[in-house]
Amino acid sequence: MHRVPHAARAEAVGDAVTETGRREFLLQTGRLLILSGAASAAWDAVVAGEPSRSPNYAVSEHWWAMVIDVEKCIGCGSCVRACKAENNVPLEPYYFRTWVERYIVDPEDPEHPIVDSPNGAYDGFPERSVKRANIKTFFVPKLCNHCSHSPCTQVCPVGATFESPDGVVLIDKERCLGCRYCVQACPYGCRFIDPRTSTADKCTLCYHRLTKGLLPACVEVCPVGARQIGNLKDPNDPMHEYLRTHKVQVLKPQMATGAKNYYNGLDGSVR
Amino acid sequence: MGTVQGYMYPNEMELQWSILIVLYPFITGLVAGAFILASLERVFNVHVVKPTYRLALLTALAFLLVAPLPLQLHLGHPERSFEMYLTPHTTSAMAMFGFVYLWYLMVVLVLEIWLDYRRDLVLAWKASRGIMRAFYVVLTLGSDNISPGALAVDDKFGRFITIIGIPSAFLLHGYVGFIFGSIKANPWWSTPLMPIVFLFSAIVSGIALVMLTYMGLSKLTRRTIDIPCVDTISRYLMYAFIVDFSLELVDLIHRIYEADESFKALDFMVHTRLYTSQIVLQMLVGTVLPIAMLATPQLVQMPAKWRLRIYAVAGCLTLVGIFAMRWNVVIGGQLFSKSFLGYTTYKLQFATREGLGASIALLLLPFAILAALVRLLPPWPDESWKNA
Repeated sequence: MHRVPHAARAEAVGDAVTETGRREFLLQTGRLLILSGAASAAWDAVVAGEPSRSPNYAVSEHWWAMVIDVEKCIGCGSCVRACKAENNVPLEPYYFRTWVERYIVDPEDPEHPIVDSPNGAYDGFPERSVKRANIKTFFVPKLCNHCSHSPCTQVCPVGATFESPDGVVLIDKERCLGCRYCVQACPYGCRFIDPRTSTADKCTLCYHRLTKGLLPACVEVCPVGARQIGNLKDPNDPMHEYLRTHKVQVLKPQMATGAKNYYNGLDGSVR
Repeated sequence: MGTVQGYMYPNEMELQWSILIVLYPFITGLVAGAFILASLERVFNVHVVKPTYRLALLTALAFLLVAPLPLQLHLGHPERSFEMYLTPHTTSAMAMFGFVYLWYLMVVLVLEIWLDYRRDLVLAWKASRGIMRAFYVVLTLGSDNISPGALAVDDKFGRFITIIGIPSAFLLHGYVGFIFGSIKANPWWSTPLMPIVFLFSAIVSGIALVMLTYMGLSKLTRRTIDIPCVDTISRYLMYAFIVDFSLELVDLIHRIYEADESFKALDFMVHTRLYTSQIVLQMLVGTVLPIAMLATPQLVQMPAKWRLRIYAVAGCLTLVGIFAMRWNVVIGGQLFSKSFLGYTTYKLQFATREGLGASIALLLLPFAILAALVRLLPPWPDESWKNA
């Protein structure tokens, strides 16, 4: 029989023990890592708390869109004031979830309209006399288009802004880095950085109201019904009929963003 | 808040990206360019530029370490930036920055520098005492094998890393260009040429920086400047600059000829608010003049002293021109409304978080890091630890 010297045998046994020990250790560490990962994910869910309940609202049964009737808007600015009040938007100028523009267009030179929106039309519009004949004037309410291929959500580095399954583009302010890339990516100028939180902000279609069966503040207060909201997943929503019978257009269709604010009576000069 | 002319969407009154975001592509460009210069020697066997090889790598490292700082300083919530690593949004070009950056820093630059310096580090370890000895032991990772066989492996592996490094450098800066070029909302940025233009301007600025650093450092440390080396670098600088300028001209001619809906707004901007920074600083002073200066020694025989002076001035002008190019892209892209009906201005402040003071500090910081690196890892190939 081949005899292994005593010292060598002891070393071999020692190696085997160490080998088993190492394997055990690695397995244990691996398990610990996996479990602690799962536990921390679970803990995140615990501390995040419950979402505010809207028991009668089923996300999957909605696909929101808006109709904006340019021919009805009178530029009173009620929508802008209501939006700022409802959503606690900073009152100082240059922060708007919605605003209204006034267009003065020479029909023969639609490429050079005269446009203004003093303080976003928060105080309405001061009268403005135009001496030339043959011009057309109208108001254009603007807000986030809640695009279904939104360039702003595409560029967000951490997914803090996203399209909800019911077609609303929202922002998670707990996640937003404040890098401002989304502000750059929006072709419509609908986003801003809230100076109080240093995070991106924009229209949410008053999601907190929508999910409780209420209308967005701007729609609610419009005295002439220039803004309408509809659920395109509801076959009985009158918006289907409206879109079928009116010649509507979205802003900057060449951007191919899947914008869902349908403008009725939109002039080609509007940017 | 800028002075507004015409109509801007109300939310556009505030400029979103400041001078810090100008620094970001400028600094990453210097990194990519410096690395490309280093790879000239290593991969393309342009041995005459060897005196700058290590310096180019150290310069790239010093600037790469600073590259994310302007971004951090700009973020509304820098404490959340690590989320980009943990929960990256895969469709976002910006989310990829962290990964491209780490890849470039750790896999390419640090590894290449380590492999190249390993022999010197071991010699330094053996020659030093006390804390410095411990420091070098850590840097060598405890291995003191500098047998010819081991060094040959280092060299082979180093060359492999450099070969990977070239597409990585292209990726790093091409990607920075993509961040701007992929924004369809902004016609000033949105062009597929943007990554390529960024890349070539990066190469130009990096070569110029290493050339200037080499000349400056040689003067400071009273070493003789290797004239054939600087001659060659200046020639490569000129070639890269010509390619870069041609690409920019292609873009310009294309825009002018196509004259799409944004053209009038952009044209107006270039003729007014961007005139000094675009036409004067970027194109004339920062491009045409340095190219002409770099071409002169190719056409006229002149003493080395004169050539060096020309290279120094042309190098500085090049950096001014490339900085102006970054400025015109980043700031210029925000001076007009996306309605194409109005324009604003950018007011640069000094002592604010995103002001000129912070920017100057961020531009000086890499030189401080480089000074420290040069002390720790002398880039002069034949002199390092010669007493060891």
